[in-house]
Amino acid sequence: MDRHEYSALELREGIARRDFTAREVCETVFTRIRAWDPKFKIFLASDEQGAYSAATEVDRKLAAGESAGPLAGLPLALKDNLCTSGFPTTCASRILEGWRPPYNATVVERVKAAGAVLVGKVNMDEFAMGSSCENSAFFPTRNPWNPDCVAGGSSGGSAAAVAADLVPLALGSDTGGSIRQPASFCGVVGLKPTYGRVSRFGLVAFASSLDQIGPLARNVEDAALLLSVIAGHDQRDATSTDLPVPDYLLRLKEGVKGLKIGLPREFISAGIHPEIKTALDTAQKVFADAGVELIEVALPHAEYCLAAYYLVATAEASSNLARYDGVQYGQRVSGDNLLEMYAATRATGFGAEVKRRIMLGTYALSAGYYEAYYKKALQVRTLIQRDFEQAMTKCDLILTPTSPTTAFSLGEKTKDPLTMYLSDVFTTSANLAGLPGVSIPGGFSSEGLPIGLQLIGKAYDEETLLRTAYAFQSRTDWHTRRPAMEEAK
Amino acid sequence: MPEITEETVKKIARLANLRMDPDETARFTEHLEKVLEYMRKLNQLDTTGIPQTAHVLPLQNVWREDEVLPGLDRSEALAGAPDVRDDCFRVPRIIE
Repeated sequence: MDRHEYSALELREGIARRDFTAREVCETVFTRIRAWDPKFKIFLASDEQGAYSAATEVDRKLAAGESAGPLAGLPLALKDNLCTSGFPTTCASRILEGWRPPYNATVVERVKAAGAVLVGKVNMDEFAMGSSCENSAFFPTRNPWNPDCVAGGSSGGSAAAVAADLVPLALGSDTGGSIRQPASFCGVVGLKPTYGRVSRFGLVAFASSLDQIGPLARNVEDAALLLSVIAGHDQRDATSTDLPVPDYLLRLKEGVKGLKIGLPREFISAGIHPEIKTALDTAQKVFADAGVELIEVALPHAEYCLAAYYLVATAEASSNLARYDGVQYGQRVSGDNLLEMYAATRATGFGAEVKRRIMLGTYALSAGYYEAYYKKALQVRTLIQRDFEQAMTKCDLILTPTSPTTAFSLGEKTKDPLTMYLSDVFTTSANLAGLPGVSIPGGFSSEGLPIGLQLIGKAYDEETLLRTAYAFQSRTDWHTRRPAMEEAK
Repeated sequence: MPEITEETVKKIARLANLRMDPDETARFTEHLEKVLEYMRKLNQLDTTGIPQTAHVLPLQNVWREDEVLPGLDRSEALAGAPDVRDDCFRVPRIIE
């Protein structure tokens, strides 16, 4: 096995045993990036200098017999909406082009303190608004399994970086499926923690009541490792919980005998690809063999999730994105007076989808329409939350496909915004209800594209969620398959 | 009669501080109407008396000790601004 195929835990062992140094791991990563990034367009900015200096420090500590942290020497890619002190953070938007944040996001501080080697910032849909990475103001990221297909979104760069074996670990953010859907499209593991499990300080806000940061990795163990490092209370995010953080690796392999998985059958029957249906049926057998009891559950309001989600998310976005006015940071386009400067800056700096969502959210919050749209969506959110509370009295987890389709072709859904929004039909519910969800590799289509399965767990019970995901992974080999990736020219 | 007309889009664009050319206005009119038509699916549900969930956590106020912690200094806070004068953010004239 080549070193770039090592999982994070394998690399960690190798570095700790001094089989190879953190610097050598770093060399492997940048050789891969130079070879493959031109083809898949994953990185917005790589930080070779910073990475080598972090790796050197890890090697020095280990040589001196000092502790170098749980992520010592492990290469990690960051979605470009996570603030990195002094290093460009664009959210894949022209409006923030060239901006260097004056501070690090809490998760960035945490992974650095844990010894991770940050290799750079990866592509995304502009301000995390999109399901394909095609809304990046710079370029779309391509899927390592088929460069004519999208990587998914909005954390498409994070998922593709892991799938292409450029890095074993990446961080993304998930507002309505933005970690899980690209993980599914790229055949990797992607976890959205419970709302409040991970600090959002320094995550550029899209929809504050829905956003969470989470790990992407090639296997469940690596995702558990990274979650253990980033989870926990932070005084700078009042919505982060002070519940204790378990070591998620500790009980990962304890098995799932006696657990109950609920299937919301009426919800998942609508409009899913037959091959995804087959993968879901196979998964049920795998779980049954592992000792899980599968039961039917009802989520009567699940079909309203997407509509409620897009109203809540756009309303919050219209407010959060009001800060981009060309005054404190980012780009400015001049105008004759202040209002014209604002309007010109925002018209030039934002892409079409961001503008569309600001418009939709502004409309849903405007006088005369607030009650009919925003208030209505918040009430439906209550009904959706109650559905999950009710269902979770009968089961421990819920199983669905992650996405109704596999990765689609570039350009296939850019013409019609609603078609693109429908990619998120299975993922938005976990954000609305604040529950943790994970996408795991669950098969391949006849065209060789990955199929993802989603498990949704109980609030703050990522331990059971990961243990169940691991039980599935240990009985299947989908996660071990690698994209063929034709030689780069 | 569609709910969204070009006049509505122009008004919303003004509220959102977005300059919009005629092509964009036409395109957004079509898109917003189509997306809102889907959103109106929520009207199938009777939500009389259902409370609103703006936030999933049962949080009210979160307190911490009132102690002075380090923050950004002025030069750091101004470093990313497009136009700075006399240690302040500078904007076009507001008062004629």
